[in-house]
Amino acid sequence: MTGFIVRRLGQAVVVTLGVTAITFLLLHLLPGSLAREIIGNRATAQEIAAFNHQWGLNSPLWYQYWKFLVELLHGNLGYSFSKNRTTDSLLASELPRDLLLGGLSLVLSLIIAVPVGIAQAVKRNGLVDYAGTGVSFFLYSMPQFSVALLLVQLLAITYHVFPAIVPQNESAIYLLTHPRPIVLPVLSLALVSYAAFSRFMRSSAIDTLAQDYMRTARAKGLPERLVLWRHLVRNSLLAVVTLVGLSIPTILTGTLIIEAVFNYPGAGLEYYNATLSNDYQVMLGITVLVGMVTVVGNLLADIGYALLDPRIRY
Amino acid sequence: MESAPSQDPALPEGGEVVSTGSAWRLILRTFAQNKLAIVGVVIVVLVVTFSFLGPVFYHTDQFNPNLSAVNLPPGGSSPLGTDQSGFDILGRIMEGGRSTLEVGLAVGVISTVVGLVYGAISGFFGKWLDIVMMRFVDIGLAVPVVFLFIFMSRIYKPSLGLLIVLLALVSWQIPARLVRGETLSLRTREYVQAVRVMGGKSSRIIFRHIIPNTIGTIVVTVTFQIANSILTLAVLQFLGFGLPPTQPNWGSMLSDGTTFLQDGFWWQVYPALGFIVLTVVAFNFIGDALQDSFDVRLQER
Repeated sequence: MTGFIVRRLGQAVVVTLGVTAITFLLLHLLPGSLAREIIGNRATAQEIAAFNHQWGLNSPLWYQYWKFLVELLHGNLGYSFSKNRTTDSLLASELPRDLLLGGLSLVLSLIIAVPVGIAQAVKRNGLVDYAGTGVSFFLYSMPQFSVALLLVQLLAITYHVFPAIVPQNESAIYLLTHPRPIVLPVLSLALVSYAAFSRFMRSSAIDTLAQDYMRTARAKGLPERLVLWRHLVRNSLLAVVTLVGLSIPTILTGTLIIEAVFNYPGAGLEYYNATLSNDYQVMLGITVLVGMVTVVGNLLADIGYALLDPRIRY
Repeated sequence: MESAPSQDPALPEGGEVVSTGSAWRLILRTFAQNKLAIVGVVIVVLVVTFSFLGPVFYHTDQFNPNLSAVNLPPGGSSPLGTDQSGFDILGRIMEGGRSTLEVGLAVGVISTVVGLVYGAISGFFGKWLDIVMMRFVDIGLAVPVVFLFIFMSRIYKPSLGLLIVLLALVSWQIPARLVRGETLSLRTREYVQAVRVMGGKSSRIIFRHIIPNTIGTIVVTVTFQIANSILTLAVLQFLGFGLPPTQPNWGSMLSDGTTFLQDGFWWQVYPALGFIVLTVVAFNFIGDALQDSFDVRLQER
């Protein structure tokens, strides 16, 4: 077990380094220079040289990458020249709102998807199963932003139930206590995840139903209700750990899209705006952060699953 | 054993012939029994015909904006209305369907083939090569897709070909993982060892024995990859990193139309969305059915 965790940690470090190296390299391959971008076209050669010297841009690439890694280890994600702030301070105000959006929608989608997926598996090929499959197929086959689109059309434009605009300068706590504006973003993101989650839960529960211990439980005369609760549900919940860990990249991309649709103030919107204003430093910082969160998510999912399932031995 | 007198002259003596069937026939039969699969195939055939043959019968000008006919509701000379540049929506859906389907199909096939060869090599040789190659897959999966697109669209002018290459670049990792997993079990089979004993080279084993045996995974993966790339294309168009307006596709129509949703120009949004959903659902149906068919082959073997 310890060996497995050590090996898996090593892999995670390698992958994280790879992600940082690739994003760093890509950014430095971009045409044009940072100095020209920041201090403008009319800057003199001396001014450019001074800028490059000040920010260490004339040192060799490997050295710049090294500096970047060292800064990263100290928790510094870079500096936004267009906003004149560090990326960390930029994100510090955004991340709580991201956690709110991502967390609420994750919980909501799990609350719906897990029971529905298990019910579909139990009543396989019944009416519930077909209806559930139909709904998740429909949601699964839409571009992520159009789920939000339909909700806005229905609940914001046609019937004015919820607003489609999120206040820009409120804290996560304020949004949590005044949730009306965040209902549509949370619901949209939850529905997108729901489609994949319920399909996953259904097939995982079908696998569990075919296990020998299910037959044993029935054979020893355990009432069907207890068979389902004690054996099916508990074992299917194991799959949720893997599911959540592996769907982190999808959730993060979904967050970016939903934030762009609703102008929801978060890291996704920050990233989107950075792409529009060519703020490469912010793009680099957020990309590396997303990559690291993805790697850590996969790592935790693997280790969590190994810890929870006693059949897995390494 | 006495044969019963045959009632039906069409039936051969000894009763009806039950075909033992080849694996392929079994797969096709299971596939054809799946109603959703048939629906999927019919939809795909219809959509392809509509997009590629439609413009032959329904001529529209999709190059010169017609500013005297912008945002017209459905009816009259344009059955689905016009968009904000005066382009006929019905004609544009055909035109857009062509590039959408081309992108989807090309990305589906290219990414699967690349992933297939990569995964087979990684799984077959194993050891350190496998470890190194799989870390590249992990890295590829951890770099956010959108980032790569924004980067490339800053350097190169977006075109159909470049978009296909980029989408393939971010989607070969999943097929690679699947094929690698299968190769790990295939390479220990007796027939692979037999080839090796007979002096077959590694390349021969991989291309003649391992890859043909992953055909099930490959066919299923291609259909899902096609569906996914159509969706990714739409999302990229929405975020503003896709094909230029001269190359309409369902994604760009959908995201352009979104701007006017508040004005009630529903015809600029829902036809394009409908075609995306319909096509993606159809490919997913086919993929699901193929998966079941290949599972049946494995069960009855």
